[in-house]
Amino acid sequence: MATTRYTREHEWIRIDGDTATVGITDFAQEQLGDVVFVELPEIGRQVSKGDEAAVVESVKAASEVYAPASGEVTAVNEALADEPALVNSAPNGDGWFFKMRLANPAELDDLMDAAAYKDHVDSLD
Amino acid sequence: MSQERGTTSGHRGLDAEEPLIFEQGSPDKTGVDLPEPPPHADRLGGLGRARPIGMPGLAEPEVVRHYLRLSRQNFCIDGGFYPLGSCTMKHNPRLNEKLARLPGIGDLHPLQPASTVQGALALIDACAGWLKALTGLPAVAMSPGAGAHGELTGLMTIRAALEDRGDARARVLVPESAHGTNPASARFCGYRVDAIPADRRGRVDVAAMKQKLGDDVAAIMLTNPNTCGLFENDILEIAAAVHDAGAFFYCDGANFNAIVGRVRPGDLGIDCMHINLHKTFSTPHGGGGPGAGPVVLSAALAPFAPVPAVVHGADGSFRIIEHPCQSDAKPFGRIKAFHGQFGMFVRALAYMMSMGADGLRQASGDAVLNANYLMARLDGTLHPAFPGPCMHEVLFDEDSLKDTGVTTLDLAKALIDEGFHPMTVYFPLVVHGAMLVEPTETESKETLDAFIASLENLVARARSGDVRFFEEAPRLAPRRRLDETRAARQPVLRWRPPVPGAAAE
Repeated sequence: MATTRYTREHEWIRIDGDTATVGITDFAQEQLGDVVFVELPEIGRQVSKGDEAAVVESVKAASEVYAPASGEVTAVNEALADEPALVNSAPNGDGWFFKMRLANPAELDDLMDAAAYKDHVDSLD
Repeated sequence: MSQERGTTSGHRGLDAEEPLIFEQGSPDKTGVDLPEPPPHADRLGGLGRARPIGMPGLAEPEVVRHYLRLSRQNFCIDGGFYPLGSCTMKHNPRLNEKLARLPGIGDLHPLQPASTVQGALALIDACAGWLKALTGLPAVAMSPGAGAHGELTGLMTIRAALEDRGDARARVLVPESAHGTNPASARFCGYRVDAIPADRRGRVDVAAMKQKLGDDVAAIMLTNPNTCGLFENDILEIAAAVHDAGAFFYCDGANFNAIVGRVRPGDLGIDCMHINLHKTFSTPHGGGGPGAGPVVLSAALAPFAPVPAVVHGADGSFRIIEHPCQSDAKPFGRIKAFHGQFGMFVRALAYMMSMGADGLRQASGDAVLNANYLMARLDGTLHPAFPGPCMHEVLFDEDSLKDTGVTTLDLAKALIDEGFHPMTVYFPLVVHGAMLVEPTETESKETLDAFIASLENLVARARSGDVRFFEEAPRLAPRRRLDETRAARQPVLRWRPPVPGAAAE
């Protein structure tokens, strides 16, 4: 069964065995405003936890998306090239950024669960 | 369009509705009338033009009218208050312009023999002398063509110095609030960028910065005052820590106008700083400038500065070192054709000499005073992101608009109707809904008061719940609110002629 974890930088990572899907949270897309461009990593790229893995650009700003865990990028969401608005309309679903094969699933223990992330977001207001 | 503007012509008083130049005239109508050339052999090797390139055809008065009308839709510092934070849109003294147009200055060619341009070389040398004196640093590379170009030059100088000592390093530390050009320059120069967080005071978190230091750090890039309009109080401690780690201290000099004549960056331990002549020294900015970004250097970096350099000959004349092989030092190369933006050196030197050291000191003081006047008068209207006093610019967040349904962007659009250029919005990124206001020293109290009155009324209107007023702003500009999202997602980057015969939409 898939579990989802969250970073302080507002990425989510949905884990299914040793693979995972990464996106940005609803809070993040709300703060960014209309997303107009997404730069995705190359498939096969090795990323370390905390590395800059993607860039999301909105009418307000360009922001880095960091890898929530270490591993190899195995797929990217090609649909975002033509329809970056998916990040706004479905941040937790069709607006995903990339999939990765986890190098060290134990790294995920440092990340927040949904309740802890909600507390984190509430504390920012 | 004409219906929307309420006139038959589409014009509205002095505000002319002007089509694109490609939509006007016709190819057979032009301002010049040259005879057909006599028969001649084609020497273009078959690369001659096969079809017309579609230049618009207009008579001279039509061209003049077109660009004049466009210019009237353009907001400029000569026309109104332009408090764009971090950009320093200040007055360009007309004395600068007069001197830049003098015969013997305005009509030089960069390939003239050095013996015929001794005055120009003396002028570059004098401008360099002022920059060195004001920054307390022993050397300056004059040729970078803009601030970001200066950043790259500075980093290339740092790279050359490190590699010369056999210690190439990989990482550059950049605060989160930095100008976007800082990490871009570092990446372009082959470094990995490591972000340093800010503390609650809006300044560099020194403890976090020290943790990130290491023997692979080439440099830190710090703006002081920073982009939150705050002086980095811990700069001496930062400089000492950076030097202890064997790294160099790069300062982004974009905000030097807040401290010029009061603080010498060299005294703060800075190794390298670019100076935006258009910010601190009143050369034109916007509308093509052009920019100029000389880089001052510490003794450790000076030998690696790029060519060209103007040097004193033994007989008191000046000569130019054009090639690294002519130099006794170790210049890393060349970053620009010719000698830099000479026209800007003339203007900057005119400004420095006409202001004098005391005048420059007063200018930075007045810039800080004006920003603090805005901050104090807007207390209760806009919420400052950090407690004051501020330096030359004041940063507000979106808190004062909370729960009104009006955003920073809406407020900025409404300011256009009030006849002001909006402040910088949504930068720096570390502040939610940021509004960064830089009034500059050249604005009068009357102008600031008018701006304050407009903001007070607009914020009161937002708090009264009149969201629609803001959604519709700007009402009075030549164009209404643009769809920024669609412009970015589906940009139309060039005009194309209508397809003949296609039905009009």
